[in-house]
Amino acid sequence: MTITIEYYLVLSAFMFLVGVAGVLIRRNAIVVFMCIELMLNSANLTMIAFASFLGSSVGQLFVFFVMTVAAAEAAVGLAIIIAIFRNKLTVNIDEINILKW
Amino acid sequence: MTLEVILFFIFGFVAAIAAVMMITRTNPVIAALYLILNMASLAGLYLTLNAQFIAVAQVIVYAGAIMVLFLFVIMLLRPDNERKFMESNPKIKIFAFIVAGFVLLQLVYIIFFSAPSKILQKNLEASVQAGTIESIGNELFRNYVLPFEAAGFLLLAATIGAILLAKKKIE
Repeated sequence: MTITIEYYLVLSAFMFLVGVAGVLIRRNAIVVFMCIELMLNSANLTMIAFASFLGSSVGQLFVFFVMTVAAAEAAVGLAIIIAIFRNKLTVNIDEINILKW
Repeated sequence: MTLEVILFFIFGFVAAIAAVMMITRTNPVIAALYLILNMASLAGLYLTLNAQFIAVAQVIVYAGAIMVLFLFVIMLLRPDNERKFMESNPKIKIFAFIVAGFVLLQLVYIIFFSAPSKILQKNLEASVQAGTIESIGNELFRNYVLPFEAAGFLLLAATIGAILLAKKKIE
């Protein structure tokens, strides 16, 4: 038995959809954010698997850039959540509807 | 059962179970700790794929820096029990389960239908060579210098933006 690329792809698809389900069922803005990180990670796993099986380092480079963007996104997003919490005293996304008409 | 198979199944199961536990725990601190476990086992999976540099970067950047930021914000903003949020609408749970299950089935079907392992066989030597810091650095500083500089600029902009957003308003 050898590990083919399908194993990694199925694991990555499963993790991505757990992240999607998390975004849909959770109401805490911070946990929704963590689910987005989970989805980014599963996409990274796909890219690393393909890079490794193709014997190329470009895919790993892309993962490096995805990590950079994820760090920037987490910093700005958490700052936004802190700003919202200061105004509305909640992180429940059902109550943060100030943009809804 | 070679070592590669055993390691893949250990890390894969830990990653999958940690992901499911993360979205089902009501306490956000525990959810964050499960996400750290998930990221650490992903780093193990990267090692089985011979991506040493990315595995180390995963532990330092994701499991280290980003998750510390998350835990810091969760503890700053009262780690409320989320049960009252989750029970607010049980219909959404069923909807989410159906959507996720359907798309997962679709993806698995596509993966096995296209069968990428027919063309992609692991070439161990090329794969080990691709994961070294030397080859990643060669690629990064020869062919991808502009994206690298853009990433640095993005981080600078994000830092300034985060400070501006989170600082106290001076009236």
